[in-house]
Amino acid sequence: MSCPPEAPLLEVRNLAKAFPIRRTALQTLRCTRRRAIHALNGVSLTVRRGETLGIVGESGCGKSTLARCLVRLIEADAGTIRYDGVDVRQLAGPERRAFNRRVQLIFQDPYSSLNPRMTVRQTLAEALAVHRLRPSREIPNRIAELLALVYLPRDALDRYPHEFSGGQRQRIGIARALSVEPECLIADELVSALDVSVQAQVINLLLELQDRLHLTVLFVAHDLRLVRHISHRVAVMYLGRIVEHDRTDRLFREPRHPYTQALLGAAPELDPTRRSRTAAVRGELPSPVEIPAGCPFHPRCPHAFEVCRSQRPELDRRRGGGWVACHLAMAPTPPTTL
Amino acid sequence: MRAAALESRAVGRLRRQVRAPLITGALIIGLSLVLAALPGWFAPYDPLAFDYAALLQPPSLAHPFGTDNFGRDILSRVIWGYRLDMQIAFFGTVFPILFGCLIGALVGYYGGWPDVVFGRVVDAVITFPFLVLVIAIVAVLGPGLINMYIAVGVVGWVFYARLLRAEIRIQKQQDYASAGKVMGYGDARIILRHLLPNAITPVLVFWMTDMALVILLGSSLGYLGLGAQPPAAEWGVLIADGKNFMSTAWWISIFPGLAIVLTGLGFSLIGDGIADLLRPQR
Amino acid sequence: MTAARDPVPLALEIRGLTTSFATAEGVVRAVDGIDLELRTGEVLGLVGESGSGKSVALRSLVRLVRAPGRIEGQALWLGRDLIAMPEADLLEVRGKEIAMIFQEPMTALNPVLTVRQQIDENLKAHTGLGRAERARRAIELLDLVGIPSAAERLNDYPHQFSGGMRQRVMIAIALASEPRLLLADEPTTALDVTIQDQILKLLLELRDRLGMSVILVTHDLGVVAQTCDRVAVMYAGRIMEVGPVVELFRNPRHAYTWGLLGSIPGAGAVRQPLRSIEGTPPSLADLPPGCAFAPRCAFVTDACRQGRPALVAVGPDHRSACVHHDRVARSDPAA
Repeated sequence: MSCPPEAPLLEVRNLAKAFPIRRTALQTLRCTRRRAIHALNGVSLTVRRGETLGIVGESGCGKSTLARCLVRLIEADAGTIRYDGVDVRQLAGPERRAFNRRVQLIFQDPYSSLNPRMTVRQTLAEALAVHRLRPSREIPNRIAELLALVYLPRDALDRYPHEFSGGQRQRIGIARALSVEPECLIADELVSALDVSVQAQVINLLLELQDRLHLTVLFVAHDLRLVRHISHRVAVMYLGRIVEHDRTDRLFREPRHPYTQALLGAAPELDPTRRSRTAAVRGELPSPVEIPAGCPFHPRCPHAFEVCRSQRPELDRRRGGGWVACHLAMAPTPPTTL
Repeated sequence: MRAAALESRAVGRLRRQVRAPLITGALIIGLSLVLAALPGWFAPYDPLAFDYAALLQPPSLAHPFGTDNFGRDILSRVIWGYRLDMQIAFFGTVFPILFGCLIGALVGYYGGWPDVVFGRVVDAVITFPFLVLVIAIVAVLGPGLINMYIAVGVVGWVFYARLLRAEIRIQKQQDYASAGKVMGYGDARIILRHLLPNAITPVLVFWMTDMALVILLGSSLGYLGLGAQPPAAEWGVLIADGKNFMSTAWWISIFPGLAIVLTGLGFSLIGDGIADLLRPQR
Repeated sequence: MTAARDPVPLALEIRGLTTSFATAEGVVRAVDGIDLELRTGEVLGLVGESGSGKSVALRSLVRLVRAPGRIEGQALWLGRDLIAMPEADLLEVRGKEIAMIFQEPMTALNPVLTVRQQIDENLKAHTGLGRAERARRAIELLDLVGIPSAAERLNDYPHQFSGGMRQRVMIAIALASEPRLLLADEPTTALDVTIQDQILKLLLELRDRLGMSVILVTHDLGVVAQTCDRVAVMYAGRIMEVGPVVELFRNPRHAYTWGLLGSIPGAGAVRQPLRSIEGTPPSLADLPPGCAFAPRCAFVTDACRQGRPALVAVGPDHRSACVHHDRVARSDPAA
């Protein structure tokens, strides 16, 4: 890679993670093959400082596992994660805690992501105290600042999570993440559990915070419209791999990978005059326990040919920019339009 | 709000009316503690004093609970029994709950081979009826309250540990626990500050029930002569004192029995009240 | 009501449907006096956020609401009032003429019975077919909903199917006795996008083939745009606006609909703040007098607080319960 003007903030290479499935005693005796959920199968991506990278995919694609591996909530099996040049997977002790300050994760479920027995004040003060971010007399001020950042009223401080709505709880979660002054925020389905009219509020807040605090954001979601709206670049995941990533406008205008095309075709459009009667893609989502050989999408792909069944395509740079992992898209003859 | 929420709010109205049990239980136990602390103030007679002039008297104004075959006033003996039996309730549960919670929290949080070993220990202990185990240990160590505390301690912690382990495992799955890890908090802080307060409610409720059960256990052992030793005024011993007089002087055994029932009821009501009070709200 | 004579017959006419619950804070109306018409063969969408009452309304139609809930009003199905009908008659209609599918197939399907047994149950209850015919019909149904190797899969249990397949099984069971009306309560909310797409297209195809009418409850406006012919927007148990989908999306005439359409990221300016609706959906125990949406409305005036606005005609077959529907019509396009 040529020397870019700005080195990437986050660099992931060939990350892999499998969750073994416990075998019964009978299966062990019979020496049946060990099975595992192959959540991540060689994920590579880069994120530049200050940008928003959207990560989309459906169930089983591994996007949540990826988010959790990046903050080391889950330990990956193989691959490297470099944050600002440092290998994150090797960190321990105080260095690891320092890393926790720089990269934070916001969770999907507003109902379980806050400790029900701690008030907002206690939740925020704990973060400040553990990381010794402020001397104790300045903590109340800092807490007030954090509340203001997320547009929560002062009287929220001494209330418990169950007294707030879902949208407000997500704001508290954001405030908690911001209390350690991170550089990078990973949002794992930030608004999926919220009502539509509330989603916009929280998204607007995220955009504002990103501008104000110069944050880098990884936005993991299944809602394509949302991802399109806030991301600079988008990566599409399928069965533990990135199948395509590109600048947002290019990806949505000219998706190259058949799965991306299917995903965009399947997402219900808001224009009732544009309807199609055929489904965008056939077949079921295969289980991450039994990943098809070759290209994992080939059983459902309308364009699959011989090599797709046997050889796994790697991410390759396409003409005009962007990366795609597809034999067809990278074929020397122009692919058929879909 | 969804229909399910509406239906549960209708039930909530019922629940508020049921606060009465907590208050009743608290009153009963409060009274018990007062009697346990200051038995001399309330007991009209010396519990150990014989009175040959008043043997086997039925309940009367002079002796509201009657007297036994040595002329000892039953009311005074029952009141003095509060001291011993409340002690039994406390000392019979304090080690199990502390040690049990320690082990339960650790194996619940860390899992791994200690959890497997713990599982087998639990299996071994619950195979035997609790009373039989305790009696066996006391038989080896010799009768007396201290030995009873040891026996209960050695066996009883397992139940608390099992309960807390299950709750800790559930709380560990919640996102707020993961959030704590991502925030860089150490394991000790996560277990003590985050998981434990959310996991402890069933343990506290069980503790209340357990206190009632331990009193029963102590009384059973007292009755068998393996716990408190006569002439101590312990309710089980009192019941044993009257066992030969059940048809002629029922009051010797019945009143201590009622005291056990009442105290047990008090603890149960508090347990229910705690469960209601600390029920997590959404 | 529109003056035009409607040539398509009405399958279902709902008048003043109200479902209330007694709670500690007083009587709460999850569904508050709604009026709706469903034409034969059309797909009517019921869209709203949580607490809007859309699911409760659907269940109230076939009296699937547990006590202490009370249902009042009329639901005229082919001339007969479902709400007033005696229980025995309702049991005849439910499952046979009117079928329902739910959001979570794993809880809607019985996990200890095979698919064959569950389809059979419906067929036995509502048709007079003999055993061999029932078996044939079961395979036919699984084929109809697009389950491959139908004959082999008949003897599988629900947990052996994937999410999308289970939803298809649920549809197959619902269709067993050829219902005239299908009630769908968020049937694709729990499914992935590509599977949701397949199921929705399947529902439309079945509607065409079998001539069913469908009421589809959802919170996703995209689903409404792609599947429904007409849509009713619900908020706080009331209908805010109802009309043809194309018309409503192009020309929303209620402040709430307008706000909703504006808050969804469209193809517009990327990374710009979305137009959001302030506040949160109200508690049904604590509704303001007048329009339920007034506390959050960008167009609110005092007139909005004087009594609940009635549904008035704002276009052919298009009704809105907004005092300021003219101002909404003149505002920026929604999407």
